[in-house]
Amino acid sequence: MSEDLTRLSAVRLARAVRDGEASAEDVVRAHLRRIEDKDPQIKAFLTLTADAALSQARAVDEKRRRGATLGALAGVPVAIKDNIQVAGVETTCASRMLKGHVAAYDATCVARLKAADAVLLGKTNLDEFAMGSSTENSAFGRTANPWDLSRVPGGSSGGSAAAVAARMAPLALGSDTGGSIRQPAAFCGVVGLKPTYGRVSRYGLVAFASSLDQVGPFAGTVEDAALAFSVVAGHDPMDATSARRPAPPARIPVPADLKGVRVGLPREYFVEGLDPEVERAIRSAVETLKSLGATIKEVGLPHTKHAISTYYIIAPSEASANLARFDGVRYGFVDRGAKTLEEVYEFTRGAGFGPEVKRRIMLGTYALSSGYYDAYYAKAQRARTLIARDFRDAFAEVDLIAGPTAPTAAFRFGEKTDDPVAMYLSDVFTIPSNLAGNASLSVPCGLTAGGLPLGLQLIADAFQEERLLAVAGAFEAARACLFWPGESPGNPSK
Amino acid sequence: MSVTEADVRRIAKLARLRLSDDEVSRYGGQLSKILEAMAELGALDTSGVPATSSVTGAVNEPRADEPRPFPDRERLLDNAPEREGPYFKVRKVLE
Repeated sequence: MSEDLTRLSAVRLARAVRDGEASAEDVVRAHLRRIEDKDPQIKAFLTLTADAALSQARAVDEKRRRGATLGALAGVPVAIKDNIQVAGVETTCASRMLKGHVAAYDATCVARLKAADAVLLGKTNLDEFAMGSSTENSAFGRTANPWDLSRVPGGSSGGSAAAVAARMAPLALGSDTGGSIRQPAAFCGVVGLKPTYGRVSRYGLVAFASSLDQVGPFAGTVEDAALAFSVVAGHDPMDATSARRPAPPARIPVPADLKGVRVGLPREYFVEGLDPEVERAIRSAVETLKSLGATIKEVGLPHTKHAISTYYIIAPSEASANLARFDGVRYGFVDRGAKTLEEVYEFTRGAGFGPEVKRRIMLGTYALSSGYYDAYYAKAQRARTLIARDFRDAFAEVDLIAGPTAPTAAFRFGEKTDDPVAMYLSDVFTIPSNLAGNASLSVPCGLTAGGLPLGLQLIADAFQEERLLAVAGAFEAARACLFWPGESPGNPSK
Repeated sequence: MSVTEADVRRIAKLARLRLSDDEVSRYGGQLSKILEAMAELGALDTSGVPATSSVTGAVNEPRADEPRPFPDRERLLDNAPEREGPYFKVRKVLE
């Protein structure tokens, strides 16, 4: 093929490899060259597994030569967030605590990618243990936004979002506990899907907040996100919270129009603090949905204003329990100065965890401690019920909810690092969907005057991913507002 | 909501985190600020509202308790900072 292989969508690449238009090895080499060229500035990857990727690619090519049927992601390169286990490769969670920790098994989502003949390129940067909204909390350096190297890519899955935006990988996996897929997708101008809680197995995802965590894909097109989702979704006996639902179809037809689709605009999402430029872009995106035939209706999600407090009690509480396992005995780092067992725990955790992780462990421990439990944790769990009921009531009237993914475009490095509360506010529109456990995605909807991408968030009821992806696909087709940053704007060729 | 240095030291002890004096004073200020922002929840009426711990209504679903060999036991053991044969090595638990 004469085309630049890093400009093709995942769907197109898999077809090219299956039809013999391009070898998997050529596809992988093109992306490795792109990484060599771009990643020194962007730093999306923590670990690059080039040799393993080339041998996986050759195995796919060999399989084709034998005449075997190739999988849905034949030869398609995928980048994996470094809190997801890939056997034989380091899983660090961007923490000193897990430096040198080599995964002994594949996460279920990774095993499914491999079974679909995808090729894994390496592990991407994140906020330490997925705690953050800018990827600045990584212990191993920051990742730059490909659209403006002085800005953050969002977080916590900033490396995965930046890798797709910079054409270093057509697909990536991330995890989303309070917006960690959707917010970086919006900041980097790519598609990011947070599936329904329980839809994708979390076996092999390092646990952060177990009642909220969900794995999902980043992609350059809605169609690619749907394909990746269909590969990784589905019941898994290794995850006790895995939903007994079949995987969705690999291809979701894009409807010609949106007649009969009822879209709700939550009045609580258009409030003070929302950047006027973001508001204009979202209102214009809603006009596009309307011009496609959708009915637009204002809805109320009255408990939205309590979502941040609720989340920042529940998530740190669960994290303080989940991260108790990092004790200097079984994983990675130990402080060698410790004399007693008690000191092994305290010194190792004090030196191994970074500032935001310690802050959240402290916050969670406080909220769960005797005398404070009812005022904080129990209260937050009740508030969570009210937030979930808001969505239940809204979905009785509308099929989908539309709004901004984040209140602003990508911010500058250091802009919010000294003020945890300001950083937490960047998750205000994404957190409610995790608390309610429903499905949501971010799809690019335009650029600011300064040339930074913006995301439209669409939210659907639990297990309604097909509807979500169909509407996002229709929107994408009508607007075609995906542009790669930098020297060569364009859209992935389908 | 003001979190004192004594509070920070107590919580750090519960969480098994050794903090420097610098961290103790910094976390005190930051936790106070965060808890102050969260105090707004107190005004929310949640009387009669049940707690949500699982959103999908799913209940724990244990799989059949059948032993299976783990494919790479050596790798798991090798990840430990200290091992001795097939064991994790720890400091003395009882004096």
